[in-house]
Formats: sequence, structure tokens, C-alpha cells
Amino acid sequence: MALVEVNKGIKVVLNNIAYGASLKRKLQDMGLTPGVEFTVISKTSHGPLIIELRGARVALGRGIAEKIDVSIA
Amino acid sequence: MTDRHVALVGNPNSGKTTLFNRLTGANHYVGNWAGVTVEKKEGFTTYKGHRLHIIDLPGKYSLSAYSLEEKIARDYLLEEKPEVVINLVPAANLERNLYLTLQLIEMELPVILAVNMIDELEQKGLKIDFEALQEALGIRVVPISSARNQGIDTLLDEVIQFEPYPEFRQFTYSEVVEKALDQLGDEPRWQRIKMLEKDLEIPPEHPAEDYLLEETVIKERYEIINRLLEKVIFREKSYRSPSDAIDKVLLNKYLGLPIFALVMALVFYMTFSIGNIFVDILDEFFSVTLSGGVAGLFERLDVSPWLLSLVSDGIIGGVGGVLTFLPNIAILFVFISLLEDSGYMGRAAYLMDKWMQKVGLNGKFFIPMLLGFGCNVPAIMSTRTLENPKDRLVAILINPFMSCGARFPVYVLFASVFFAGYEFMVVLSLYLLGILVAVSVAYLFRKTILKGEESFLVLEIPDYRIPRMRNLVLHVWERVKDYLVKAGTVIFAASIILWFLLNYNFTGGVALVDSFGAMIGRAIAPVFSLAGFGNWQSALSLLSGIFAKEIVVSNTAIIYGLGEAASLRDLGGALAANFTPLSAYAFLVFVLLYTPCVAVIGVIKRETNSWFWMFFSLGYQLVIAFALSAAVYQLGSLFAG
Repeated sequence: MALVEVNKGIKVVLNNIAYGASLKRKLQDMGLTPGVEFTVISKTSHGPLIIELRGARVALGRGIAEKIDVSIA
Repeated sequence: MTDRHVALVGNPNSGKTTLFNRLTGANHYVGNWAGVTVEKKEGFTTYKGHRLHIIDLPGKYSLSAYSLEEKIARDYLLEEKPEVVINLVPAANLERNLYLTLQLIEMELPVILAVNMIDELEQKGLKIDFEALQEALGIRVVPISSARNQGIDTLLDEVIQFEPYPEFRQFTYSEVVEKALDQLGDEPRWQRIKMLEKDLEIPPEHPAEDYLLEETVIKERYEIINRLLEKVIFREKSYRSPSDAIDKVLLNKYLGLPIFALVMALVFYMTFSIGNIFVDILDEFFSVTLSGGVAGLFERLDVSPWLLSLVSDGIIGGVGGVLTFLPNIAILFVFISLLEDSGYMGRAAYLMDKWMQKVGLNGKFFIPMLLGFGCNVPAIMSTRTLENPKDRLVAILINPFMSCGARFPVYVLFASVFFAGYEFMVVLSLYLLGILVAVSVAYLFRKTILKGEESFLVLEIPDYRIPRMRNLVLHVWERVKDYLVKAGTVIFAASIILWFLLNYNFTGGVALVDSFGAMIGRAIAPVFSLAGFGNWQSALSLLSGIFAKEIVVSNTAIIYGLGEAASLRDLGGALAANFTPLSAYAFLVFVLLYTPCVAVIGVIKRETNSWFWMFFSLGYQLVIAFALSAAVYQLGSLFAG
């Protein structure tokens, strides 16, 4: 499922990022690699969300969250 | 006495700025990397007879070839070969931060790991075995707390005693990756790893499609870190960050935005009300005490009247008029600095993201906009955090509409004369109008000349921190210093030139109405009549305001020929004779929107690296300023009359 559909407080595991090379690489360098587990900790309706990833909080715009494929962990 | 070059690298929020300030104090300067517009920060310190040249490298999470900043950092490390590289990592988040460390070790750089914020470990229920960490990485590890000044001397001792490592720890990847590395030939191992990461080109004899391992290498590097940390970091008790609890309120779905609006309103209200206490005192000081003192002194010394007029009307009137508002500006910078250092700024970007997205921008654009309330020069420089060049250009072009501190004195002066009792509302309306114009123009650019890929927010949100006095003072002082320097140079010079223009013409000393200044003003003035302020005084005021917006205030006393000891109250009378409240407001709208000051024009040229965009920026702002101020005046006249 797409990351935007995940509710606050839910832990997920990353499958794939379907996004252009440069931004995808940045997200990977920040630790968003296949198989990593992370939690959605804050969410706005129709807006961005914040994930807790490898001990850091990262805000992601909605357009990106739509292209990140995850499964419930 | 030896010289050592020390490079400082680390992720955002690792406390790099605090350490840099701690090491160099105010003894540093900020410039640009050759040929590009990425900020270069260098400083000096001496320690036990050693001169240390400290350079703060850009680059953030990695050393990839995708980002300009990371490429600059990598080239510097490889080509300039600093004697020591200090890699700063926050103790409570080793996992993400060691990713960069591993790359530095793989590149066989002389790196010392400074584990920062160790004072937070206990509270967070964590314990780090520093011996084991040092053993696992094969480099020197120093625990420090730059905010509490712990371990800094140990770190500096390590720096001056540093001997190049005889060998480096080799981190082993999976069989697939290792096999690919072997096949890539005889280049140094780190170069072959970088080839797999697509940061270096794979030699043409190897078909690139056989080496699609970028994602695998990154993933495995994190796995190496996780394995390594099992023996290094231990959780002793569970911990919930108070930041998360605070965010439950401050980032709440419904409360987040209203709270943010309230915070901003409070910032402006405080800037306004606390600042104004000082305005009266300073105004009294410049226009009565100092001006009177000088007049008395000159009389006794029998100095000629023209010199008295130059010093008293020209210099004290001009420079003093601007310095009167220094407290307001200092207070505004205190608040901006607090917003940045506390960690709220990133959250403001998050809260605004949804709304910024509606006009084709993302939340990160909002940070330079907020900074623009202080001064557009650093604000425009801060657009460097936007990765996409088109995004950056939009952010640069709209920034001057964010009303900077220099325009504030103009608003206050006019509002106090024409809208007594409603000053705050009038000033607030101008700030809001600036935001509205900035956002509308950005939307327009996005739809027309600067179409591009949609850009989205990716931003690390730090823990909340109690701002450190030292950082606060340094930051505010830097800005106040800029303002003082401007008052002492540009405004000083402009005041003298203006005084001359207003007291002379080709025939020598003349009355104000026959002066050069009046001639110039009369030549331009008709243009402004559509907006209701077609008098030569306003025209000349606005023209000279291009040097620095404060000049519109500083020269008011000179232009209206009020002579010595003109206090703000005297100015009021002169202004009231030349403006109606409506034309005064139209004038303020024009001041808000028109061509930015020379410092901003300069920074636009530098940051866009283009004459075209610089002139474009000047031109379109002038057009918008004319259109809106004329609209305000014409529509206002219609309804009022």
C-alpha cells in the first residue's frame, strides 16, 4: 500500500520507492532502504506526514508519500 | 607553531554550528565556494601554540554525486586533503549518522569521530561503549558536548596530536557486492564502491547494466552499521521524547496552524511594542540631546553654518533616524533566532506544506520567507537548501516581497502620523499583503515561466532544544552588526549626498525648492500621481530608498527641510501636509513592493548568477508596486469620495 494510506502510529516496512533517481537516492541516503521498518508519527489530512526512521524524524510531502510502497510490519 | 587544516562534517542537527562557533567564536568569515553559490564557512583558532584553520563543509547525509553540496564536500576532502576531518555525530542517533562516517572511513580519510550531545544519553536511557565503537570503526572517537563545553579540549588535543592512520578498517559487503567490486579492477576499493553507488563512473569496459547495485550497497551499509551498533549502544530504559509530546499539541491537526499564526502574531506584536519603548528614547537622544549638543559645540567653536547643517541635518538626522529603529530590528532577530534554534522552524515548514503545495511550492519554501522578515539578504542565501534550481529561482524572486526590518521604520513613521491608534493593524496589513503578493507571484511563475517538476517536502525534524544564549547572541550580533555597518557606510554616504542635493544647485547654495534634489524629484513625481503621492519629496525619497530602505525615513527630515532637532513629532506635521491617509497607505504599499535595496539586488545577482534575473527582478517588482499602489489609491478614492 502507499504510505499516504497508513494511519498515525502504525509501523510499516518499506518495499519500494517509485520516484526519480535524485530524490530517491536522497531518501535512501537518509536511511529509507528496502526492508527498513519505520513508524508514521504525525499526519495531516491531505498534507504531509512525519515518520520516525532510524532514530530520526523526517517530514515527507504528500506527493512523495504517494510514491512510497509499504506493507504493515 | 604548526598550521593545521581541520574540516568539519556532519548531518543536519548534529550540532555542527554550535561546535563551529565554540571553536572559532566570532573569528570566522562566510563566503562562497569557488564558482558556485554554496556557502563556505571558515574560521581560525589557536590551541596550545597550534594554529587551526577550521572549515565547515556543506553536504549533509552522504557524499553522493547527486547533490552539489555533497560533491563540493567530497572534492574538498579528496583534493585539498585537510590534515584532520572531524565528523560530528549526535550520540542519540548513531544509526543514521554513522552512514556518513562509514563513507569517510571507506575513503581512507584522516577522520576523528566526535560523538556530540553525550549529556543527553543518560536522560534518553542510552549507554554507549566508546571503546567498542572506536574498536569497531578503527578510528579515534571522542565523546563531547559542544553545548556544555565538555570534551572540547580532548578533541583539540586529538586534533593537534593526530597521526595519519596506518591502515583502515575494511567493511565487508555481501558476496554479490564483493564479487562486483573484485571485477571492477585495480582502482582503490573506495572508488570501486563509489562506482557501484553511481557516484563515480564505471569504466567503459564494464557494462553498467551488470552493476545495478546502488540500492544494495546503501542498504548493506546500513546493515553493517546495525550489526556494529549491537556491541556499542545499549538501551537501559525505555524513553519517550518530550518533543513528541509537545508535537501532539503543536503539530495537532486542528491546533497546529492556529498556534503557528498566534506565535507569529506574538513575534510581531513584541517586536512592535517592546521596540517602541526604545524608539522614543533614541529619538529624543538623537534629535534633542545629540543634535543640540553638536549645535552648541559648533556655535562655541564658531563653525560655519553649512557644516553645522551637514552634521546636524544630514548626518545625525539621517543616520540617527535609522539607528532609532535598531532595537526593533534586534528584537525581531532575537525571535527569528529563537524560532530556528528551538527546532520550531522545521515544524512551521511542515505545517505550511499543505498550503504551499496549493500554489506549487512546498513547506521548505516557507523558511526563507520567514527569514525575509528580518533581512532579505540572508533569507535569499538560505534558499540554498532548496535542491531544485527552478524552485530556488522562484524562492529568490518572491523573497523581496517579504517585508524586511528596514522597511519597518517607514511603516511606523507613516502609521504613527496617519493612523494613530491603529499602527499595529496597519503594519500587520502590510506584512500580510507582502505574503499574499509573494505567494500569488510564485503561483503565477509556476504556471508560466518557471514550470517544473512538482517539488515535495523532505525535511528532518529535530528534537526541540532550549536555545543556547551563546548562539543566540552571536547570531543576533551578526545581524545587528550588518545593520550598524550599513548605517555607518551606505546610509552615512547617502545622507551626505542627499544633504548636498537638497542644499545646492548649479548656482551654489540655494533654498530647498530650487535644489538639485527638488529638480530630480519633480522630474519623476508625475509618474506617482496616479498613486496619490506625486510630490517631488516622495519621488526623491523612493529613489534614494534603493540604497537602503531605511533611507526613506532617514531623509524625510532632510527632504522636508526641517533642519536641526527634528523629532518624529515634527516630521509628522510635514508629512500630514503632503499626504492624505489614503495616499500615505498607497505610499507604504509602494515601499513594501518596489525594487529592493542594493544589498538585495547584489545578492540576487550572486545567487542567480544571472544579469537577466537580476534585472527581471527589479523590473517586475516595480511594475507590481506601481499597479498595486495605484489600485489602492484609485479604489480608495472611489469609495471614499
